[in-house]
Amino acid sequence: MTRPRNPAFVDDTISLRYGAGGGAMRALIEQIFAPGLGDVPGGVGLAAMDDGAAIPLGDRFLILTTDSHVVQPIVFPGGDIGRLAVCGTVNDLAMMGATEPLALTCAAVIEDGFAKLTLEKIWWSIREACIEAGTTIVTGDTKVMRRGEIDGLILNTAGVGLASRVVRDCELRPGDKLIVTGTIGDHGLAVLATRAELALDTPIASDVAPLNGLVRRALSAGGEAIVAMKDPTRGGLASALHEMADKSRVGITLDERAVPVRDEVRAAAELLGIDPLIVANEGKAVIGVRAAAADAVLDALRAHPLGRAAAVVGVCTDERIGQVIVDTGFGRRLLGEADGELLPRIC
Amino acid sequence: MAETPLHFRDPARAHALEEALSHATQRLGRRASVMHVCGSHEQAIARFGLRAAFPDELDVIMGPGCPVCVTDVPEVDEAVALARAGVRVATYGDMLRVPGTSRSLADERNAGAPVDVVYGVAQAVELARSSPDRDLVFFASGFETTAVATAAVLLADPPANFSILSAHKYIPPVMEIVSEMPGSKIEGFLAAGHAATITGWGVFEPFVARHQVPVVVAGFEPLDILAGLVKLVERIAEGARVVDNCFPRCVTKEGNRAAQAMLWRVFEPMGGRWRGIAHVPNGNLRLRDEFAGWDARRRYTIDIASLIEDAPPALVAQCQCGDIMAGIASPHDCALFGAECTPDAPVGACMVSAEGTCRIWHQYGGHPDLRRKRAS
Repeated sequence: MTRPRNPAFVDDTISLRYGAGGGAMRALIEQIFAPGLGDVPGGVGLAAMDDGAAIPLGDRFLILTTDSHVVQPIVFPGGDIGRLAVCGTVNDLAMMGATEPLALTCAAVIEDGFAKLTLEKIWWSIREACIEAGTTIVTGDTKVMRRGEIDGLILNTAGVGLASRVVRDCELRPGDKLIVTGTIGDHGLAVLATRAELALDTPIASDVAPLNGLVRRALSAGGEAIVAMKDPTRGGLASALHEMADKSRVGITLDERAVPVRDEVRAAAELLGIDPLIVANEGKAVIGVRAAAADAVLDALRAHPLGRAAAVVGVCTDERIGQVIVDTGFGRRLLGEADGELLPRIC
Repeated sequence: MAETPLHFRDPARAHALEEALSHATQRLGRRASVMHVCGSHEQAIARFGLRAAFPDELDVIMGPGCPVCVTDVPEVDEAVALARAGVRVATYGDMLRVPGTSRSLADERNAGAPVDVVYGVAQAVELARSSPDRDLVFFASGFETTAVATAAVLLADPPANFSILSAHKYIPPVMEIVSEMPGSKIEGFLAAGHAATITGWGVFEPFVARHQVPVVVAGFEPLDILAGLVKLVERIAEGARVVDNCFPRCVTKEGNRAAQAMLWRVFEPMGGRWRGIAHVPNGNLRLRDEFAGWDARRRYTIDIASLIEDAPPALVAQCQCGDIMAGIASPHDCALFGAECTPDAPVGACMVSAEGTCRIWHQYGGHPDLRRKRAS
């Protein structure tokens, strides 16, 4: 079985699908951004396309990551773009094993006419999220663009932290278990349901939250048995599992009935014709763990408020390397990745 | 997290039906091909991994049942030309990427044209009402189920700035076409339960009489589909040429008379091409003259010639989708497959839909066999 290749970068212009977190985006990075850059001897560089970079520093590693954030609506149930920016960066550091973020940066690109009150609210969320994560913003940058040149506000954040051991996403072996730390699809469906103006009896709130405290618990319970971590943001659990399977050269079987999904998320997903497995999560992690340590890690996660619904959802296999099989309880299917914009469907 | 108990999603009952299907196929004692004609059936089959539970000897072929996939190139061109001319176009999300001769609505939207994604025709009408000084065209696709919703809106006095570009299609005629395709191996049809709620299951009786194949009307939950297939294979084995209604909780013989009245008051059937299939007599739904004022085709001069002039020579003529959907050919028989025709730049219907045969083969290097190795 040959591994599915990332699509060749053939287009003359960059369309939306190159930003969707799937194969097209990996092709863009591989073929345009990465060549000749980002080599980190003894660490993790750009070509690894991991959650961040790891630069050897004495007997430890400096973990460095950056993210740009755009979301419509800018304020959504459960959070806003400010909380999203802080949590996204803190979580990327945590996924590499740096659970004590030393500091963040934040650059803001603002559209002419943006309401001051909204900006103040967003910065209060940023402060609150920084307190939750035990970090702060130490430097930044501001640009204002003409009206129509951007849509409201773009935030770019970067973060640094130290790790004594780097957790990659390429070290899974057949037999390893995969744990998700909580319910899947909350953020993506919260945003999509808001955009679609679905009048739901139970509104869906985003799960956006800093995960470094939760991950610290997992790491102290699992130690070296934790061999992979990823936050299933854009592209959802599907993209995270695909990347893990591809980079680790294993197959993954996902037990769909074990994946925790809130009833209201499931209902909205069915209404919109969108699979909760392919939408973003902003406060969840997928943790790969050697089978013997799975229960200990699960117990540690469930003892933390953000990990109450944690569950073992999958297992690594030597079947269909690089692919993800979903066992639905009725049969089995291959899990596809999101490609391009998520569009509700008619049929 | 407690799983909500869903009667029609009970894996234990599903396994019993899988066994029954396996036995029915064994009793038949040979390979058989059946066809469903509904995108929602394929969605459910794919979503629940049912293909891995079907017996090896039973080919369940996805027929021309996805209204998005069978929307023909010139219909997409008309919507693209309107958007390019600056007319605001609203449509369903999955219509955006369907390719026309050279462009899709997604391409036009990325280039700045006014294209809105809506969840239904009523939302499009709301958009039109909220900006009364701007024309809005709803690019309407879907079979008779969806067409009824469009008809209801037109009968409820829509605003003057609203109009319809109809790509609505009518399922019964295309089943005739598929049955008559030379070399067709289809021995039975699984008909779409939701369309039958409108038409009634009686609509299939003349079809069964003409073509001497059984039809089973089935719903969309995993158990509905499995139960429908068991019945269909039993009917094939018996040699019975009848219509069975396996979706009685929603479908009656007469169907929804009020909805039918609305449908035929607003639309009339006319012949038209279905992408990758054929010209289907009476397969397209066109607005009656009485509603000409809301018919985008009669309201605007739509210039699709310029789109065709810029375009490379039409590949569509070489597309094998018709044969693939009829179960006569496989994607590897098509010269375009994986070369000129890819998921990013699809030519035919089977590559457009995420669940289309060509799309699945392209993504996974063939039809993936995910059957569980049986313990005994």
